[in-house]
Amino acid sequence: MTWNWDYVWESIPLLLEGLLVTLELTVVGSLLAYVLGLVFALIRRARIPVLSQLMYLFIEVVRSTPLLIQVFIIFYLLWPALHITPSAFVTGVIALGIHYATYTAEVYRAGIEAVPKGQWEAATALSLPRQRVWTGVILPQAVPRVVPALGNYMISMFKETPLLISIGVLDVLNRAKEQGAETFQVLEPYTLAGILFLLISYPSSILVRRLERRVGQL
Amino acid sequence: MSDSTSNIISSILSGLGATVYATVGGVALTIVLAFVAGLAMLSPSRTVRVISRIYVEGFRGTSEVVQLFWLFFVLPALVGFKLVPLFAGIIVLGLNHGAYGAEIVRGAVQSVPRAQQEGAVALSLSPAQRMRRVILPQAVVEMLPPFNNLFIQLMKSTALLYFISAGEITEKGELLRPVYGSRLVLIYGVELLCYLAIAVVITFIMRTLERVLSRRLGRAMPTRQRAWARAGAPG
Repeated sequence: MTWNWDYVWESIPLLLEGLLVTLELTVVGSLLAYVLGLVFALIRRARIPVLSQLMYLFIEVVRSTPLLIQVFIIFYLLWPALHITPSAFVTGVIALGIHYATYTAEVYRAGIEAVPKGQWEAATALSLPRQRVWTGVILPQAVPRVVPALGNYMISMFKETPLLISIGVLDVLNRAKEQGAETFQVLEPYTLAGILFLLISYPSSILVRRLERRVGQL
Repeated sequence: MSDSTSNIISSILSGLGATVYATVGGVALTIVLAFVAGLAMLSPSRTVRVISRIYVEGFRGTSEVVQLFWLFFVLPALVGFKLVPLFAGIIVLGLNHGAYGAEIVRGAVQSVPRAQQEGAVALSLSPAQRMRRVILPQAVVEMLPPFNNLFIQLMKSTALLYFISAGEITEKGELLRPVYGSRLVLIYGVELLCYLAIAVVITFIMRTLERVLSRRLGRAMPTRQRAWARAGAPG
């Protein structure tokens, strides 16, 4: 089997179409993970009897078990139980969002704990209402510090999206597979898929590293 | 226990062996590659550093699933023979997580205080002795918690071997799904419990190792938030 450039140029448009889906999944999934993660972290912190413990258990179970199985559970078990039929894309976003929220919850927790105790005391001394303490004092200091970590999780998620081909999401890998099945030439499409992942994740990780250095100076 | 219940449980457990093999094999390969590439990144030779950098960035930057597909579907077309699925899986798990592990090794070795290195030089130990007897024993203790995360991550990645039909837990479960459509809670519940159990075992082993090795260095075990299994995301 030899490398065929004509075939490469032919495959690229379809692969880029798939890449767009992969990127959409990553961006929407990450946004969901960022929001849910904060909710998870706040629920755990609130020390609400039963609920906080259940949250802890949920986080531990989700992060210690494979994402692939969680995708299957949502797709084959949860949706039928709820009598709804969301698309594979929506299923993917939700699975990625929940799975990564269990990581980002930990990131937020660490970020919140890193806010000096004096800030809490000052907020109490000013008798700010509870909500203002969070939105006006704690979160504005905690969130910028965790941005690089959140960025890293987006890159990780990007590289994990291809497992969604198991439920038929038409991402880069699935497009590559399609091409390979059509022409029986698998070398070019799969190699290109790998290169596309590298082309996006490597510069992104350098960007995050730079961000880390800047946040480190805060 | 009804017939279908015991049938489902025994079917899924029949995949436990492959999952454990993949995890143990992957972990072994990860440790070897992580140390080789991690120490190579600290080599005085520029060529060695560049080669190890290319390995680390190459495997971290391309998706693990894509690597699995490449090794299993493309490589046979190139070299003319097919790898046994479980074996191909172990290679990809090891190559991928070895790249992440290399950064752990590099970081831990660099975190050993400079004075230790200087002290070893003053004792006129050879470079190999300095690494083996002074730097590594201290660095390894630092590596254990991040390696714990990495190994749990690897264990979770064994589910990806479903794509190449390596006969592990996830695949066994999916084979049952069309037959026992009404018993999905049991199927997925048993699968989750299997993975949780392996995660707990990995964490237990790593924590024990950490305790033993810190004691040998005369350090107290650092107190960390108690968790029965700690997993991070792929870095």
